[in-house]
Amino acid sequence: MSLFGFSLRPRRPKSAQTAKDRLQILLAHERRDGSDGPDYLPMLQADILAVIRKYTKIKEDDVDIRMERNDDISSLEINIEIPSEGPEKSIASALPGRRMKSRG
Amino acid sequence: MTQLKDKAPLGKVIVITSGKGGVGKTTSAAAIAAALAKRGHKTVVIDFDVGLRNLDMIMGCERRVVFDFINVIQGEARLKQALIRDKRLDTLWILPTSQTRDKDALTQEGVEKVLNELKEQFDYIICDSPAGIERGAQLAMYFADEAVVVTNPEVSSVRDSDRVLGLLASKTKRAESEGTEVKAQVLLTRHDQRRIDAGEMMTIEDVLEILAVPLLGVIPESPAILRASNVGMPVVLDEPSAAGRSYETAVARLLGEDVDMHMEGEKRPGFFSRLFGASA
Repeated sequence: MSLFGFSLRPRRPKSAQTAKDRLQILLAHERRDGSDGPDYLPMLQADILAVIRKYTKIKEDDVDIRMERNDDISSLEINIEIPSEGPEKSIASALPGRRMKSRG
Repeated sequence: MTQLKDKAPLGKVIVITSGKGGVGKTTSAAAIAAALAKRGHKTVVIDFDVGLRNLDMIMGCERRVVFDFINVIQGEARLKQALIRDKRLDTLWILPTSQTRDKDALTQEGVEKVLNELKEQFDYIICDSPAGIERGAQLAMYFADEAVVVTNPEVSSVRDSDRVLGLLASKTKRAESEGTEVKAQVLLTRHDQRRIDAGEMMTIEDVLEILAVPLLGVIPESPAILRASNVGMPVVLDEPSAAGRSYETAVARLLGEDVDMHMEGEKRPGFFSRLFGASA
């Protein structure tokens, strides 16, 4: 592998393994999702907004969706900021850290 | 660490481009963005390679992508939702692109709108161009204030860089409507002094003579680059290496500091006395 015939430190195999592991996790998701991948997220977000708006006023920016993909499970974290009516006292997060499992 | 907090953001757009693929654009975009952020400049790095995104892997945030640049352009998500904060530096952000759409999803108006919004928040906006000179590459360079042309000392790379330099001088907003120039500089990557000494590789002077643009920096061929990409770490944030130091030097020069480039090889530390003075 080495262009210079230099032996590489024992660390190298470790980073190569990290590379392989990262690719396997990522590609497993990408292959399964195919070309219509996580594109449902914008629609999911729009639906969540619509549901919340039936009950209270929120802005589009108030819905925050985070994802963490792991080997066997992915988690989708949806935070919705619901402002209080008073001008000064905005509540930080009405549904903090609500976790929703997706795509086992 | 962040010294610019109270100032208005600079909003400077820098494209990392090359024409040829595989010369180190994404590696360089990640390293330059991280080096700028390390110095306290609020920096975002954007992936323009729609359909073949890789900046997320090089930055190590591939598992955290939810929304992307295309979602923002198409109004499906807010910019704030698509920006991913780097876990190592709080001044560094990533705007990933879509893996599933194609290049037609990029529109000039959309790109301009997103860049304008980013300019209000960031000091430096680093655009990681796709290879080629098609739509994605054209839009990555169109709104640039400055360009870093990543070049290998190899015939096809130098030829493609020359072509890209021509486009930078004509097919950019600055050239078309503002009558100003995009400041373009060459970043020579995969530099190998041993092969130069053996007469097997063009020298820096050879490449600069052909391209006739200033040299921003020289990055040595280095195992540190592969290691950094394996672990998803910009090379300037990974363990110390000659490549990492060379990127730091290049960024100091990008910021206008009068720093000499010392040629440092990863394998043969004997070289660093070889100064390269020509900066212009």
